[in-house]
Amino acid sequence: MSPAARSSVGTIGLALAVGAAALFALGWGMIAVPPGEVVAGLFGSGDPGNVQIVRELRLPRVVTAIVAGAALGIGGVLMQALFRNPMADAWSLGLTAGGQLGVALLVTAAAFSGPAAIDFLRNFEGVSITLGAMVGIGIFALAMAALARRVGTVTLLVVGLMLGFTVQGIVSVVIHFANRVGGRVFSGWNDGNFASVTSADLPMLIAPVIAGILLALHNAKPLTALLLGETYAKSLGTDVTRLRRLTLAAVVLLVAPITAYCGPVTFVGLIVPHFARAIAGTARILPLLPLAALGGALLALAADLVVHAPWEQHFLHLNAVLALVGAPVVIALLIFSPTMRGQR
Amino acid sequence: MLRLNDLSVGYGAPRGTVLAHLEVEVGPGSFVCVLGRNGAGKSTLLRTLSGLQAALGGHALLEAEDIAAMRPQTRARRIAVVLTERPASPGLAVDDVVSLGRQPFTGWQGRLTADDRARVHTALEMAGAQSFATRLFDDLSDGERQRVMIARAVAQSPQLMVLDEITAFLDLPGRVEVMALLRAHARRTGAIVLLSSHDLDLSLQLADSVWLLDGRGGLAVGTPETLIADGHVGRAFDTNAVRFSPTLGRFDLAAQV
Repeated sequence: MSPAARSSVGTIGLALAVGAAALFALGWGMIAVPPGEVVAGLFGSGDPGNVQIVRELRLPRVVTAIVAGAALGIGGVLMQALFRNPMADAWSLGLTAGGQLGVALLVTAAAFSGPAAIDFLRNFEGVSITLGAMVGIGIFALAMAALARRVGTVTLLVVGLMLGFTVQGIVSVVIHFANRVGGRVFSGWNDGNFASVTSADLPMLIAPVIAGILLALHNAKPLTALLLGETYAKSLGTDVTRLRRLTLAAVVLLVAPITAYCGPVTFVGLIVPHFARAIAGTARILPLLPLAALGGALLALAADLVVHAPWEQHFLHLNAVLALVGAPVVIALLIFSPTMRGQR
Repeated sequence: MLRLNDLSVGYGAPRGTVLAHLEVEVGPGSFVCVLGRNGAGKSTLLRTLSGLQAALGGHALLEAEDIAAMRPQTRARRIAVVLTERPASPGLAVDDVVSLGRQPFTGWQGRLTADDRARVHTALEMAGAQSFATRLFDDLSDGERQRVMIARAVAQSPQLMVLDEITAFLDLPGRVEVMALLRAHARRTGAIVLLSSHDLDLSLQLADSVWLLDGRGGLAVGTPETLIADGHVGRAFDTNAVRFSPTLGRFDLAAQV
């Protein structure tokens, strides 16, 4: 099959799989709802108890998982193209940590500047924590982009992961002091979690992601040229400086709301682009975007399903599940992938 | 037609001006070799003519249009570049790389028309890269990669093709083949091909005209025969140990001259 045909077939197949997984996720849980009732419940008809479970309890979580997976998958494709580094991703390069730090510092600053600031933050929680995450991610992204010019692929990866650990330490201290106001913002925040998003939060979660996706589509063609390196991209008519800025902006728009609402979701952005490339049979960016979005959504949904399966007791966190899948993939990439050859 | 009009190239301090007040004209379909020792300014000159670097003074005109003032998209449609550096491009197939040559002509999606596809096909054939068109670019040998990059430049259907020391990684038969196919390309399409090289012998045999940088900011232009006869080659390359012999058309150790 040609890459074009592979991309189309892969996109359709993944879309069907995401739809099926979403339906299943809406029905599965401590209280099982049969598929027919799930569909009826989505439209508000059927048993009122089921309607409430499907629409109010499970739908926000499922939508969040799909949006987060799609955003992180596309973010990963952008990061790997921009850094020309198969290990790049918002989480692995420490951008997510920057976002967390931004939110933590914002909440702390509000806590110390008095009740008025806290009230303001409470009233505009969605906007303010997303903005806090955006600023943090933006600053860390610029720093890592500058560092990427001096060090190699794996060094950059290690620096990014270390940044993550450092920030986690700082955040845990900050949270201790800001706990009085932090409230919902920090619940389960070090582990990643799709369940704390309510339907009222969804617009603020989704709007920046849509903007980020549009920006990604806009940049897909010049990013493909950048795969040949900066000079060749320039000789093909690309304004590389502008491209870098727009792509980083897209990454910020995609990753900041997810970090703000769901905490650090690991591995999705790192491994999904590799699967997307394997399905498409090409590294051209445009066909990868839908594949990575749907692949990310499927992975996030599946991991969330495992977390929220009707276990006797809750013992699995989202990032634990993602690590079980993601870490072996990353290790295999580091050891076997031809693209990592000579970059150690 | 390519015209250098009082062109000066170089950098800011400390390196400063490398070549100053160049006046040259090149007609369509010419295969031009740019020769000179390391540091003579070959790459600086070629980067300036590609629009990758600003000129310090004067103008380089392609069909009477200032290269530096062209919009990037316009420039990409008229000038193609191949460099020494060996790009690594994880996941790109050879066909993808050559198709990128058509990118300046496509819409926002980068979708190729039938005409674009035909040009990519012809370019692959011309560069002898067709047999590995479906392989991954990163899996190729240095010589194969260089052919692919040349095919990409051909697919760009430029009026001016600039190639900077692209033969450095090739063996002798590879160099002869590549230079011969570039010359044939210039003849067939009317494009101007500018190639910088360290292959003095080959360049002097194949070039329509030679730009000889003497390493002291001077540029001599002419056919290989006149440059040799006038002693320009010797002045540019002779050292205490090696001298260019005009009668033999090659270098000799100084003691034997």
